[in-house]
Amino acid sequence: MSAELDVRNTAKLARLELSEAETSRFQTQLSQVLSYVEKLKEVDVTGIEPTAHTSEVQNVFRADEPRDWFSAQEALSNAPRQANGLFVVSKVIE
Amino acid sequence: MERPALHSLSLSALQSALRAGEFTALEALDSLEARIASVDPQVGGYLSRNLEKARAEAASADVSLPLGGVPIAIKDVINVRGEPCTAASQILQGYTATYDASVIRKLRAAGAIPFGRLNMDEFAMGSSTENSSLQTTSNPWALERIPGGSSGGSAAVVAADTAFASLGSDTGGSIRQPAALCGCVGLKPSYGRVSRFGLIAFASSLDQIGPFTKTVEDSARLLNVLSGKDPQDSTSLDLPAEDYTRLLGRDLKGLKLGMPKEYFIEGIDPQVDAAVRAAVRQCESLGAEIVQVSLPHTEYAVAVYYIIATAEASANLARFDGVRYGRRAADVKNLQDLYVRSRSEGFGEEVKRRIILGTYVLSSGYYDAYYLRAQKVRTLIRRDFERAFEGVDALICPTSPEVAFKRGERSNDPLKMYLADIFTIAANLAGNCGISVPCGFAQVDGARLPVGLQLLGKSFDEARLLQIAHAYEQSTPWHKERPTL
Repeated sequence: MSAELDVRNTAKLARLELSEAETSRFQTQLSQVLSYVEKLKEVDVTGIEPTAHTSEVQNVFRADEPRDWFSAQEALSNAPRQANGLFVVSKVIE
Repeated sequence: MERPALHSLSLSALQSALRAGEFTALEALDSLEARIASVDPQVGGYLSRNLEKARAEAASADVSLPLGGVPIAIKDVINVRGEPCTAASQILQGYTATYDASVIRKLRAAGAIPFGRLNMDEFAMGSSTENSSLQTTSNPWALERIPGGSSGGSAAVVAADTAFASLGSDTGGSIRQPAALCGCVGLKPSYGRVSRFGLIAFASSLDQIGPFTKTVEDSARLLNVLSGKDPQDSTSLDLPAEDYTRLLGRDLKGLKLGMPKEYFIEGIDPQVDAAVRAAVRQCESLGAEIVQVSLPHTEYAVAVYYIIATAEASANLARFDGVRYGRRAADVKNLQDLYVRSRSEGFGEEVKRRIILGTYVLSSGYYDAYYLRAQKVRTLIRRDFERAFEGVDALICPTSPEVAFKRGERSNDPLKMYLADIFTIAANLAGNCGISVPCGFAQVDGARLPVGLQLLGKSFDEARLLQIAHAYEQSTPWHKERPTL
């Protein structure tokens, strides 16, 4: 399985751009990690339910009611760019 | 007898002195700040402190409250309103928290003063604090060595007497391992015991916030304040309130401690092995019955962890996109470019490595082979613990297979760094509680380096875990030792 790891393409999926040096370093290091985790194939998991988390809780609901939280000003207080009470981003459509 | 210096007091001793009127909360804070100013330049635990704000809070402290007037230092991954919260990452440079994490709200309600931001591995990814993008933190016992990680700052400041206590977070051992390597007490509560609201998420099914302290009693007292159901964290559990100090002072008669045979293996530093085995004998002499147990899936825990933790991290860290907060790259061409460049410039190497691994194990075609299989083996690891705890009250083992290593020794070998977590990560996968307490020293290259004893308890059995840790601690001299700085 690990031979198929394509670092450059996976980085693209994660919205990351790597230098040549990073790409080749990660290719080696992550291939080592993936060949290490191959050992999980030894385990017989037939009929075993997956564990997503260890809490006993299932669905947790609250009343759908308005409550006090950030003001727009507070929500924008760390924005790299803002205008008219909105986050400013670059063009989405060319 | 000579009076101990104020900064060297335990949290409990500080409180008694404050309540007796021996000095004021403001005097305690100023004395702590003087100690930080003299020692922290060597240790590098603190990233920042807001002394003016803390002094104002100390001046009006109500020392009758459970933690009244006590300064508590905070890992830079927990939000404190009005203060930086960077997770030691460039991507959060300039970020100011707009709210208090639930644990901070609880500390404040108990009268404590959140004081100081502590260094860590970037986004809590690492075991040595070398992955901080901001500064180097040293082990107070040997300054050329690492303090452990990821909560390296949290451990180093308690060991250096530059904090009475601190908060950290533990995803795979990030509280217990640095506590062991710095010679203080580190508690990872059971998953669901403490609210994660306001903790910058790394791996949401594994993360827990917990205290670093000088004594086990202090740990219990902090847990009294930190624990409890929080409507803002749906995984925090609604359990009856309890006093975690209630069993402290009892001996170990009638209790059974299990030695997992998979945790006493070849490859452990012989001095660590010897110290831990001596600690086991000490517990026996205090009345505990020692039995051998087995956790048969131990050898798979690291593999399961590095799939699940990176998968969850790749999703959690998707929020850092340069739009709403944090670093935004300059001169971008379009929105896609803004995301890619902001993330690529903002994240450090280990974070990128883990995001890529996590993205890969979740990607179409590999999900079943890696992520789903890891989740199933996680079930088997949980069952190992459930079965072991049917016959024993707690497990006893090393926290880390080694003592603090020298900076730079591991930097180029991520897999070797990951394998150092073998004794701590299973507790996060299984959700149970664990604590590290000092159990001796190893002599390495002329340095005297702390060794940690790990006790693992059943989920939500912290009171029992603390009782055992306390009985051991009080019968040994290790917790009284301090580094020379």
